[in-house]
Amino acid sequence: MGLEESLPNGILLANVEKLVNWTRKTSMWPATFGLACCAIEMMTIGGSRYDVARFGMERFSATPRQADLMIVAGRVTNKMAPVLRQIYDQMPEPRWVLAMGVCASTGGMFNNYAVVQGVDHVVPVDMYLPGCPPRPEMLLDAILKLHAKVMDEPINAKRAQLQVERGDRTELEASSQKYAPKSAAKRRMAERQQNTQRREMGAEGALGAPGIESLPPGGQSTSTENRNELGAGR
Amino acid sequence: MGVFDPLKGFGVTFSTMFKKVVTEEYPEVKKIPAPRFHGKHQLNRHPDGLEKCVGCELCAWACPADAIFVEGGTNTEEERYSPGERFGLDYQINYLRCIGCGLCIEACPTRSLTMTNEYETADDNRQNLIYTKEDLLAPLLPGMEQPPHPMRLGDDEQDYYVHGPDLARGAGIPEDETVETGHEEAGR
Repeated sequence: MGLEESLPNGILLANVEKLVNWTRKTSMWPATFGLACCAIEMMTIGGSRYDVARFGMERFSATPRQADLMIVAGRVTNKMAPVLRQIYDQMPEPRWVLAMGVCASTGGMFNNYAVVQGVDHVVPVDMYLPGCPPRPEMLLDAILKLHAKVMDEPINAKRAQLQVERGDRTELEASSQKYAPKSAAKRRMAERQQNTQRREMGAEGALGAPGIESLPPGGQSTSTENRNELGAGR
Repeated sequence: MGVFDPLKGFGVTFSTMFKKVVTEEYPEVKKIPAPRFHGKHQLNRHPDGLEKCVGCELCAWACPADAIFVEGGTNTEEERYSPGERFGLDYQINYLRCIGCGLCIEACPTRSLTMTNEYETADDNRQNLIYTKEDLLAPLLPGMEQPPHPMRLGDDEQDYYVHGPDLARGAGIPEDETVETGHEEAGR
């Protein structure tokens, strides 16, 4: 054709890579692997309050063959480990694994003979999410960070080689910073919503330790008196 | 069973269009958790910037998941990190073990360890989720000085512990703030 020769090297493939990665991250169907209490929080993000469908994940798949992302939610026992591996093997590539909660990540507080000390003994894990259990917001944060990682994935072996040579690593930024509203009007709206949340939660103003307010008001004079008393007592 | 019953169902769907949306706009609007939410830990400072941690390891002993590692060190007159004899030389919390129960906070005798409201901690590397002392130490508020430095607010540690709040006011920390103010509130 002649067009690709006149283009700088790799520009076409880089754009195809971006497009492919974008399609992958915007419709990443999760396979549920709810094993314990974390599964309750995982179910919550499917509900209307957190609404994971905003990120193209509305279909929580009961079958691994139509799933892209396995969210391991809960402690994995030694007896469950082969099952988990089989489910993972049945998922079509490309596939990702998110270890949700401390039990799936390292075994958490269950440091005993029955529990696998981290699901990465069984399957490769792309994202670790601490918390016991993590809030639904934390899970959304982990999913969005995983999206950022997916966007940087190489399309073929040559691009992967280049990435390894350059030593690229996806910068994982907190989602509330990365997706912070850009325009001033939207920022004001966000602040209003946050103030409402603070009122609901009783978190207005700064977090005060009760110690300071409960003490009698008095400047340096009382403190020196107290210091003298203390010295006398010693 | 009426003729219009099938339409009534649509009526329910239609009326929802005029109700308030319950969905949180999470990544754009950061959710504010309850003030006593068990988030990331913080190692607090005295009003002059000295660390409150004395390296006693009570938090590590209280931890049911063995997530905390502490190694104490001895203060010298030339190099002082905390009032008193000992300070926390090395302090690590493994967030992939920590279950956020708060027993370490209850165990801390100097209220050095508290919890903040930060929760966006997911990472793709187990190593990065072991937070060390640099990640956990409280921000330097106005009037604080990076240790090591000598005790500025008293002659010995008793002054720090007994008159803590008074000293905080004297050091110029505003009335509504405390030395436990985290990065998040400090930025606000």
